[in-house]
Amino acid sequence: MSRSPGRKQENYKISRELFVLTYGALVAQLCKDYEKDEDVNACLDRMGYSIGIRLIDDFLARSAVKKCRSYSETADVIAQVAFKMYLGVTPSVSCSSATGNEFSLILDKNPLVDFVEELPAERASLCYCNLLCGVIRGALEMVHLAAEVSFLQDRLKGDAVTEIGITFLRKPEDRKHRR
Amino acid sequence: MAIFSVYVVNKAGGLIYQLDHYAPRADTEKTFSFPLDLVLRPHDERVVVAFGQRDGIRVGHAVLAINGAEVNGRFTADGKDVLEFLNNPANYPVSIRFGRHRLSSNEKLMLASMFHSLFAIGSQLSPEVGSSGIEMLETDTFKLHCFQTLTGIKFMVLADPRQTGIDALLRKIYEIYSDFALKNPFYSLEMPIRCELFDQNLKLALEVAEKAGPFGPGS
Repeated sequence: MSRSPGRKQENYKISRELFVLTYGALVAQLCKDYEKDEDVNACLDRMGYSIGIRLIDDFLARSAVKKCRSYSETADVIAQVAFKMYLGVTPSVSCSSATGNEFSLILDKNPLVDFVEELPAERASLCYCNLLCGVIRGALEMVHLAAEVSFLQDRLKGDAVTEIGITFLRKPEDRKHRR
Repeated sequence: MAIFSVYVVNKAGGLIYQLDHYAPRADTEKTFSFPLDLVLRPHDERVVVAFGQRDGIRVGHAVLAINGAEVNGRFTADGKDVLEFLNNPANYPVSIRFGRHRLSSNEKLMLASMFHSLFAIGSQLSPEVGSSGIEMLETDTFKLHCFQTLTGIKFMVLADPRQTGIDALLRKIYEIYSDFALKNPFYSLEMPIRCELFDQNLKLALEVAEKAGPFGPGS
C-alpha cells in the first residue's frame, strides 16, 4: 500500500505479502483464542469498526469526495474510490432491493485471501474477511449513515463469488439536518 | 503575512486542539513615579487600564508584569495585591509592563463552543438544504476560515486578511489530523490532541503557508 502522491514524505510501499500475512496471523490467533466462529466474527467486526472510524477521515482527506446525495452514490464511492484506494481492487455494485437501501459489492479479487484456499472443516462459518465489514460499518457511521454490513456469499465457503451486503438503515425521523 | 492561530473543534463543540502562532504582540514597559497618572481597575482576573491612554498604553490593556516579574492575575509574583502595591508611594519608582492579555485556555474553550453553536445556527438559517456552514468570518484585523469535514470535525484558522491559500491549508491540516492524530493508536477520538507529531507537522504546514506569501505558493 503506498501513500498518495501529494505527500511530502518519502513515498514508500509496504509489501502486500506482509499485509496479507499479518491479517492471516491475526485471524489464526483469534481462532486459537475463541472456540466459536461467531465470537471470532464478532471480534473481527469490532476491530474493523475501530479501524473504520479512523480511516474515514483519512479517506475523505485524500480523496476529496463531495457529500453523497443518495445511498447508491455512497455505495458507488465505497466500491470505486475507497476499495481502489486501500485494497487496489474495484468491486462491482448492484442494488438488490426495491426500496433502494440494500446494495451488494461483488469482489472478484480479494487480496486478503491470497494465501487461503478454503476454511478448515471445524471453522465452517468463519467469515475470514469480516474485518472489512467492520471497517465499512464504522466508516459509514462516522458520516452519519447507519448501516448493516455482512458477507452474503464467500468464495472460501464454496460460493461462486464473494459478496458484501450493505443495508442502509433508515435515519431516525427527528434528524432533519445532516450537519 | 501571518497565520495567527489554529483551532480544532470536535463534533460536540469541544475544543480539542489550539495553537497560537503569531509573532509576539507589542507590549509596552514604562517606568512610573508616584502618583500613577493612569487609572487602573480590576476586571475579571486582571488589572486593566481604565483611563489615561498614552505612549502605546491603551485603555483595556492589562498589567502584565511589575518590575520585570510577571503578575499572577490581580496579584504580583510575591502575592501582594497589585492595586495596593501601586497605591503605596514607597514602592515607586516602579516599572510596569502593559499589553493586550492573551486568552486563557478556559476562554478559548468557551469561544470555540460558542462558534460551534453559531456554525450550527448558520447552517440552519441557510435557504438551501445542505449548506456548508460558516466558511469565513471577516474583520479588519483578521479573517477566520472554517472548514467542517463530513465527519463533523471543524478546523478553524485565524489569519491576516491578506493571507491567501488558507483553503489549501485547511485541507492540509485535515490530512495531518487524519495521519498523526487518528492513526495514533493511543489517541481516543474526540479527546484533546496531545500528539507530538501532529504539533510538529502542523507548525511545518503553517510555515509553508506563510512563506507562500500573499500571492499563493511560488510567489
